[in-house]
Amino acid sequence: MDEEVKLLGAWASSFSYRVVWALKLKGIKYDYEEEDLVNKSEALLRNNPIHKKIPVLVHAGKPVAESMVILEYIEEVWPQTPLLPQDPHQRALARFWIKFGEDKSAEFFKLFQTVGEEQERATEEARELLKILEARALEGRKFFNGHKIGLTDIAFGWIACWLDVLEEAVGVKLLDADSLPKLQAWIENFREDPVIKENLPNRDKLLAYYNYRREMFIEAATSRID
Amino acid sequence: MAKSDVKLLGAWSSPFVMRARIALNIKSVDYEYQEENWLVSKSELLLKSNPIHKKVPVLIHADNPMCESLIIVQYIDEVWSSGPSILPSDPYDRATARFWSAYIDDKWFPSMIAFFWGQEEDAKKAAIAQMEEGLVLLEEAFGKCSKGKAFFGGDRIGFLDIAFGCFLGSLRVTEKAGGIELLSETKTPSLSKWAERFSSDIAVKELISDTDKLAEFGKKLQAKMTANN
Repeated sequence: MDEEVKLLGAWASSFSYRVVWALKLKGIKYDYEEEDLVNKSEALLRNNPIHKKIPVLVHAGKPVAESMVILEYIEEVWPQTPLLPQDPHQRALARFWIKFGEDKSAEFFKLFQTVGEEQERATEEARELLKILEARALEGRKFFNGHKIGLTDIAFGWIACWLDVLEEAVGVKLLDADSLPKLQAWIENFREDPVIKENLPNRDKLLAYYNYRREMFIEAATSRID
Repeated sequence: MAKSDVKLLGAWSSPFVMRARIALNIKSVDYEYQEENWLVSKSELLLKSNPIHKKVPVLIHADNPMCESLIIVQYIDEVWSSGPSILPSDPYDRATARFWSAYIDDKWFPSMIAFFWGQEEDAKKAAIAQMEEGLVLLEEAFGKCSKGKAFFGGDRIGFLDIAFGCFLGSLRVTEKAGGIELLSETKTPSLSKWAERFSSDIAVKELISDTDKLAEFGKKLQAKMTANN
């Protein structure tokens, strides 16, 4: 599978990083193209006409969109360093948690983009997600996938890096180390992985970006109220 | 596999349950079916097997519960690998099938839900417009995926046929309720013909519910939710 692999991504996007991590963990060579999300390139619009979003993986000229679809594709095409369990039941469980995260993570977007009551509701839902992960998803394992990083860990990677930046930008505390000890341990283990460690966004840059975006959302929300 | 080894918790009205049942039919799996009267009450087995979402379908195989319809379908495909394949064999085709089924669940079906629960005329109109837009995309996707054959999956029903086809009943109910045609020979010629082929497929046809029965159930659901609010 030596044909050209290209990733259209964005430096601040946790979705983009999911693909970076999978490619790097498997030792797959690829070209990276940084996309300006305000000024989307012709290549992005051509390769993802339906959603017009990153990440997009282009393999041998054929585009694959949607980060989790991309991850399953990478897993199938490059089976080295497997990121999903072999056992079908364990695979179903991994996919269950991935979907759970995908469905619930909308609340984190909401709490970032809103104010007042709407934000409070989203914050409660966001706390629920973390509580459930803590109570049910890790089960005494080092990673969601077991003793090695897998697709589930990659899917939740945003918790290990983007979440605390979001907390700071919004001024809300979600990752309480006392009530979420397993999740906290997972975050540390994930960030310490040699591949992940080398592939995380610059925190200061990310915080500046999140602060800027949060300002915009507050302005938009308060101008709607008036 | 002994019949008691495989159990499906379902509901006759649920398109998501239908997905799991079609997959089991394709693989000729003998299974025990338990109907959940979820509007009234949820069984202990359901609450124990799907404690997070408390929803059907749940597949219990060798005492292992599995939730989420498309995850169940993939599981069935992987475990009963000697039966006809549900996901395509080529990884790129698999990615395409996964992409469109995600589109259906994350974008298209929610607009049908928006129509169902919509109170204002404007909201309902907007939901219909979104559904129509989606069907145009799916008509095009059918052309690409089927490669001139009968189904999204080729000669036989596959993953994307199942993911989309389960909504044909609700689609008919929506058409009746809205006094509109969503699937038609003129607007969506390929999908129209595909819908007929899908509904008469041997793995599907026993699972098709009568449109009026579905509409009646929909009204019950609306009434119950309104009463709760």
